[in-house]
Amino acid sequence: MLEIKDLSFRVDGDAGQELEIIDNVSLKVEDGEFVVVTGPNGGGKSTLARLVMGIEQPTDGTILWNGQDITHLSVTERARLGVGYAFQQPPRFKGLTVRKLLSLAYGSALPEDACCQYLTDVGLCSKDYLNRELDSSLSGGEVKRIEIATLMARNPALAIFDEPEAGIDLWSFAMLVDTFQKLHEKGENSMMIISHQERIMMLADRIVVIDHGRIRSDGPRNEILPTLLGEFACECDFKGAAK
Amino acid sequence: MISKMDFELLEQIAGLHEIPAGAYNIRKNSEGAGRHSTEHIVITTKEDKPGIDVYIKPGTKNESVHIPVIITEAGITETVYNDFHIGEDADVLIVAGCGIHNAGDDKSEHDGIHRFFIGKNAHVKYVEKHYGEGDGRGERIMNPTTILELEENAVCELETVQIKGVDSTIRNTTANLAQGAKIIVTERLMTHGNQLARSDMEVNLNGEGSSAQIVSRSVGRDQSQQIFNPRAVGNSACAAHIQCDSIIMDQAKIRSIPEIAANHAQAQIVHEAAIGRINNDQLVKLMSFGMDEQEAEEVIIQGFLR
Repeated sequence: MLEIKDLSFRVDGDAGQELEIIDNVSLKVEDGEFVVVTGPNGGGKSTLARLVMGIEQPTDGTILWNGQDITHLSVTERARLGVGYAFQQPPRFKGLTVRKLLSLAYGSALPEDACCQYLTDVGLCSKDYLNRELDSSLSGGEVKRIEIATLMARNPALAIFDEPEAGIDLWSFAMLVDTFQKLHEKGENSMMIISHQERIMMLADRIVVIDHGRIRSDGPRNEILPTLLGEFACECDFKGAAK
Repeated sequence: MISKMDFELLEQIAGLHEIPAGAYNIRKNSEGAGRHSTEHIVITTKEDKPGIDVYIKPGTKNESVHIPVIITEAGITETVYNDFHIGEDADVLIVAGCGIHNAGDDKSEHDGIHRFFIGKNAHVKYVEKHYGEGDGRGERIMNPTTILELEENAVCELETVQIKGVDSTIRNTTANLAQGAKIIVTERLMTHGNQLARSDMEVNLNGEGSSAQIVSRSVGRDQSQQIFNPRAVGNSACAAHIQCDSIIMDQAKIRSIPEIAANHAQAQIVHEAAIGRINNDQLVKLMSFGMDEQEAEEVIIQGFLR
């Protein structure tokens, strides 16, 4: 289980003022639970994900993973304890092939058919990609889907996806939703997915809404999702009224 | 005559575990250590200076020539002149390379001057690897000069690799391309310690429709220094692309000076050059697979120099 307690992350702003990116956030992800974190852009969702992976260090608060305090552990140490993370904007690697990266994620050389399955799950025609380099010859959407495939190959006890839908076409997105659903049905891993997509939220056990660095609401999907959809509908009404 | 240790050097520079199939000439400590000519590839000793002539008959297909050089004694300084005469329509692989094991305190130096005369429509892949080892204080120096003359529609793939153990290198490469000729140069270099490496290259695109692609990838570590100066000169309707990419680490210094020149209105020549340290997101990505920072760095460098 992941337990975030009173977590804060402040940075110095341009004018020397303190900016509260994450403000006293507490949150739990149970074993096997599928949690979607959503909310407006700039609200602190990605920062929260980076704090859990250890890419950023919090100013205050604690992060417990299966009861162990991991607040000050490195990315490497957290990875070895079963925490995994997929970038919103993944880096490219000159000279590294897709197959090699998947094998590195998996932890040992992956047989070709296993590589192909991970790629197919994210909507990539695998044979074409296995020996491609992860350099600028791949499009943003391709790199993004390969990023998601690496986290699936890694199969961590806690998988954090930062906007997996970003930059992905509708056909691949449908494939991705199916894949997340299958993962969820297996129920082996905890998943924390940052997303704005209703179809991904529909899969969630719980939805957490983060706004201005704080948790605005946190509850079961069937309670939270209707309020969010109502919120969006209101905005539409407002636009309609302004006409 | 060729010992187990010699084969370790040969493995590093030419991927050889045993005497190769096809034509070969092995040079050890300034002396011939084995030679084999084939029906289509004839190797002869030069009369006037140290070195060999390699004659590849027109139309020779899918054959290889290995000409490794190994130096296992300290205090050897040699300049060797090797000429390759590649007949029309031939398609061959030439593997050269120099390995120095210097356990002494005197320097060992091998300067190879290679000239290639590549006939019409011929295709040559030339691979040259440099490798040094040994715990002596003696320096290991290699200064290769490569001159390539490509006739009409000839294709040359030139691949040079120097990853380890060479203290000082000045590489000089010149290529002259006739109509429709094509050259693809891939240079890979890593320097450590106080090593120095300089690579000067000039590709003259003289013939219409000739093309050149030059890719240089390097990693500079510790206090080592590197200088790259590739030049592409377009003298006709031609296309050339130079790409220099370096990863800089520690206190290394790297200069990259790609130069492009056009003497013809239909010459299209592009260069790109970049020097930078390893991207932090790349490190984090690999660390999120459970690697520590050093392991992640090695994976990134190995891929980059692949």
